[in-house]
Amino acid sequence: MNWLKPGKKKIKINPAMTDKIPETAVLKRKMKIARAKSYLENFSFAFPAILIFSVFYIYPFLKVFQLSVCSWNGIDAFSFGKFYTGFTNFKEILRDGIWWRSMWHAAYITIIALTLQNALALALALACDKEIKARNFYRVIFFIPPVLSEVVVGLIWQWIYDGNYGLLNYALNNFGLSNLIHNWLSDPNTALTCVAIVHSWKGFGWGFIILLAGLQTIPRQLYEAAKVDGASSWQIFRNVTIPLMIPVFVLVSILTILGSMQVFILIYTMTGGGPGYHTEVPVTRILASMVASSRFGYACAEGIIFGLVLLVLSFTQKKISERVKQV
Amino acid sequence: MRDGRTYRIKRRAKGFIIYIFLSIIALTCIFPLVWMFSSSLKTQSTIFSNMSIIPDQPQWKNYYIAWTKGGFGIYFLNSLFYTAVVVFGIVIVSSWAAYSFSRLKFPGSILAFNMFLAAMMIPLPGSFVPLYVLVNNIRKVLMVFLNNSNPFLLKFLSQASVDQLFAFTEQQLYPRVAYIFCMINVGLSLSIYILKTFFDKMPSELEDAARIDGCSKLGIWWNVALPLSRPAIAVIVIFNTLNVWNEYILAQLILSEKSTMPLQRGLMVFQGVYVTQYPLLMAGLTMTVIPILIVYLILQKYIIKGMTAGAVVG
Repeated sequence: MNWLKPGKKKIKINPAMTDKIPETAVLKRKMKIARAKSYLENFSFAFPAILIFSVFYIYPFLKVFQLSVCSWNGIDAFSFGKFYTGFTNFKEILRDGIWWRSMWHAAYITIIALTLQNALALALALACDKEIKARNFYRVIFFIPPVLSEVVVGLIWQWIYDGNYGLLNYALNNFGLSNLIHNWLSDPNTALTCVAIVHSWKGFGWGFIILLAGLQTIPRQLYEAAKVDGASSWQIFRNVTIPLMIPVFVLVSILTILGSMQVFILIYTMTGGGPGYHTEVPVTRILASMVASSRFGYACAEGIIFGLVLLVLSFTQKKISERVKQV
Repeated sequence: MRDGRTYRIKRRAKGFIIYIFLSIIALTCIFPLVWMFSSSLKTQSTIFSNMSIIPDQPQWKNYYIAWTKGGFGIYFLNSLFYTAVVVFGIVIVSSWAAYSFSRLKFPGSILAFNMFLAAMMIPLPGSFVPLYVLVNNIRKVLMVFLNNSNPFLLKFLSQASVDQLFAFTEQQLYPRVAYIFCMINVGLSLSIYILKTFFDKMPSELEDAARIDGCSKLGIWWNVALPLSRPAIAVIVIFNTLNVWNEYILAQLILSEKSTMPLQRGLMVFQGVYVTQYPLLMAGLTMTVIPILIVYLILQKYIIKGMTAGAVVG
């Protein structure tokens, strides 16, 4: 109960007044009042933040759990007793094929992001780590996609992929690859991969910046020493760079996993989850349960399950990173 | 020993390949934006046939049409308004709270700070559902309250202006205020965390001096703590500005009137209504991107630092 103890707060007493100190009981009471006043003043600084946080974070947080055991359409006046249905929502989710498929889609996007996007980010970071001119120029350029909003990126790429007028098909046609032309985003076979590529395009700048920052902390002397010992560049990479970069790799993969699993607006703008349910991800499912089918309780239950999955993922990642640091 | 000349050639070739690789990737980063901009200057008929980057006759009037008839003027101003108000709110509220958590202890202050920390750690993907419910419920309560105060208001105002007031509150004032508060909450935890760690590292001698000189706590916050924490505040401002400008989902759930929507939401509305008006859509996209891009290019050093700091902490 450490947090309940008040901080060390000294009430200053004028030394000249010490001979006029009243009885200790009175003094103690006065000190108490002064301290309470001071605490109240201190609290008033934090009060606006705590109020906003309670109303817009804690209340919704608790409300999710309450709604998740209810069957409520969002329109009727809500009363817990009337709509309480126990764990039926969760049981239904367990049997909900579309939901688990959406989870797989998110995992698929995450896997592509982890491999393709991070491999690209690492390659770029290694290239920029060499003593090249215009390093900052490339840094600035590569970080443009992460700065853009997902709506903007989604709408631009939706048009690039467009089956009739899209730039991609136009380019394929001009390069004599017209047999590859098709409707990228409405073909169930390609839609998800196309979305995943856009997601990687938008995200690789993050990994690049973090990896480059990590690479630049490696002391140059290590490279020189290895070179003097006659190591090839691959050996240097394998035995100097990689071991020193492992914490950074772990950090980047945590960020990639948590970010990619929750990808949503990009998909919402590009495909809306279609064709069929071929690009649905968990968050679009939650939104669909809420808006399209007016099942607020079900949406909350989905949110809880997905949140637990994310929590487990980030927890395992943290454990792994701790173990790696010990080695 | 290596032959010096072949070594040099080898090294040059290697450098050349690296440059080509970097440039190709850089091109893929910029090209969609360039193409978006060039498409926004084409006409409805040339946009599908003429694939050149530089349009023959740039149609600058597309921007005018998008700004007025497409409604992007309103969306743009709304975005500016929301971003300014929310970022200002976050800076004030979070610096108060962070200062209090760092310097002005009160019972439970550590618990409160840990709550904000936990909020960053625990992912809650479906939180927009209860948030939507909450915003709707508060609106209902507010409207009931307004209706109950109807007779009182009628003493001062005519029936027509009372109705106008109600409509204005329900459609304009309330959604905007609700959206602003929701967005302040979104940025709060991270901002408090960044500022608190900054205040913790800051030496407290200046504040002590101010206190001895008889400065109030609020005065110390305003005159000493805030000016000294400028670097941290810059990070917060940048991070939250990008966040608010690019936010979509809450805007979709809370703002239903066109006149209250920010750009991201407006783009989706426009795309839904005029599916095939690509030049105008691209003009709208350009308008959304340009301010962010300008700010980014001017402040790129700080933005990269701020955004990565935000992501690593969160």
